[in-house]
Amino acid sequence: MNKIRFKKQMHTPQGKQWLDIDINFPSGELVSVFGESGAGKTTFLRILAGLTQPEEGYIEIEGEVWFDSNKKMNRSVQMRKIGFISQENTLFPHMTVRGNLEYAWHGQQDFNLIPQWIELVGLKGLEDKNPDQLSGGQKQRLALIRALIRQPKILLLDEPLSDLDIQARLNLQDEILKIYAKTKITTVLVSHDMAEVFKLAQKVFVLDRGKIIKSGKPQEIFVNNDVSGKFKFTGQILEIHQDGVLNILTLSIGNNVTKVVATDEEMADLKVGSQVVVSSKAFNPLILRSQKN
Amino acid sequence: MHYDLQPLYLTFQLAIVVTVILFAVSIPLAYWIAFSKNRFKYVIETLVSMPLVLPPTVIGFYLLLVFSPQHSLGHFLESFLGLRVVFSFTGLVIGSLIFSLPFMVNPIKAGLQNFPQELIEASLVLGKSRWTTLYRVILPNIKPALLTGMIMAFAHTIGEFGVVLMIGGNIPGETRLASIAIYNEVEALNYDTAGLYALVLVGISFVILLMFYYLNRKPLKIF
Repeated sequence: MNKIRFKKQMHTPQGKQWLDIDINFPSGELVSVFGESGAGKTTFLRILAGLTQPEEGYIEIEGEVWFDSNKKMNRSVQMRKIGFISQENTLFPHMTVRGNLEYAWHGQQDFNLIPQWIELVGLKGLEDKNPDQLSGGQKQRLALIRALIRQPKILLLDEPLSDLDIQARLNLQDEILKIYAKTKITTVLVSHDMAEVFKLAQKVFVLDRGKIIKSGKPQEIFVNNDVSGKFKFTGQILEIHQDGVLNILTLSIGNNVTKVVATDEEMADLKVGSQVVVSSKAFNPLILRSQKN
Repeated sequence: MHYDLQPLYLTFQLAIVVTVILFAVSIPLAYWIAFSKNRFKYVIETLVSMPLVLPPTVIGFYLLLVFSPQHSLGHFLESFLGLRVVFSFTGLVIGSLIFSLPFMVNPIKAGLQNFPQELIEASLVLGKSRWTTLYRVILPNIKPALLTGMIMAFAHTIGEFGVVLMIGGNIPGETRLASIAIYNEVEALNYDTAGLYALVLVGISFVILLMFYYLNRKPLKIF
């Protein structure tokens, strides 16, 4: 179990504000902290990482106490064993792809595993390139495995995909899911992108002006319950295409890309990137036995 | 025309010794100034930069006073360690260290302050100590600032006159630097010899600064 409870005063453009957090979640879960910018998401992650110190609180990750203001205990950032990926590029510009990974390597691990990691995220052949020669998606992939090489106890993702174009973002979301499925590492994703949170997180904490105002499964949090559809999916518009009198939306829903038809009325305030709920009523689906079973 | 190369040789010997020592001293000092949250750091910053505004003779005067055998520090150094600072090469080194300190510290400090904080944090998050982060991540990325500091300190030491004259005097082969030799020769009306020394200093200063600006013209390709 992970227990995170702290108070920290933040200085926002609107004045001083308390970041007041008290959450618990099981180990091995991929949880998300969702909120608008300025809500305190980044400060939250920095406090978990040990880069910022709260005024008071108690932080326990994977059974280890990292911070306890009552006992004046504060484990240093180096000793916390975290993987941290931020939206900025934090790859070391003077080191190659391989150099960045070797720097993250610690003595007790097998050095020969580096090529496997490079191959896993599709950077084979780019080992001797410098980070500035990589695309945005490749940079974040490298950052991801550089963080994982340490075998961290917890992976902290601070809007890691926000600077990427939509295709790269979708690919990297799949990558994160793949790595999560493989490692089952406790992961905290901070994001203001609803589709991303919906796709990746098992549990969401909604952060608003320094406080967690809601928590639950993404479906419970995001799906507007006014719609009484039988099937409901939340997705993001990737493309809007007009075909004669029809508006065709290409949507990213979960791990799938699908096309639906929209009326002009529905189209009124939709644009590429909009978050939408797709639902259908009065609909008898065909149920077929899955090939996999 | 009579001339010897001793003053030029001595000048470069001094510049090299001073640059090497300053480089080693200035990295931790600049690091502390750049990152410390100590509220007295502005005092240290001011002291480091004092030689930029003070007349060199003032620094030389105080050094002469402090290190003279009549003063307790000078007396201690001489009687217990057998070290005479005034009118010796050691004195030149000490005077030059103080006088050229801001020329080395300030560019390095600027380089450190402009270095992206997130890269430092990325290294700490990977479990690396501050020391490892400094020499594996920060220093390799601020080579232009380090080079600027070294060149400025080296060039400035060559160009010294007031401090070294006050503390070193004018002893041939020991403290007579090129800048002092020029003054000496002019006083003795040996304009040809003075002109030769002067020309050598102009040439060398030009080459050093030319190299510096050339390297900084395209820093990314060089480093």
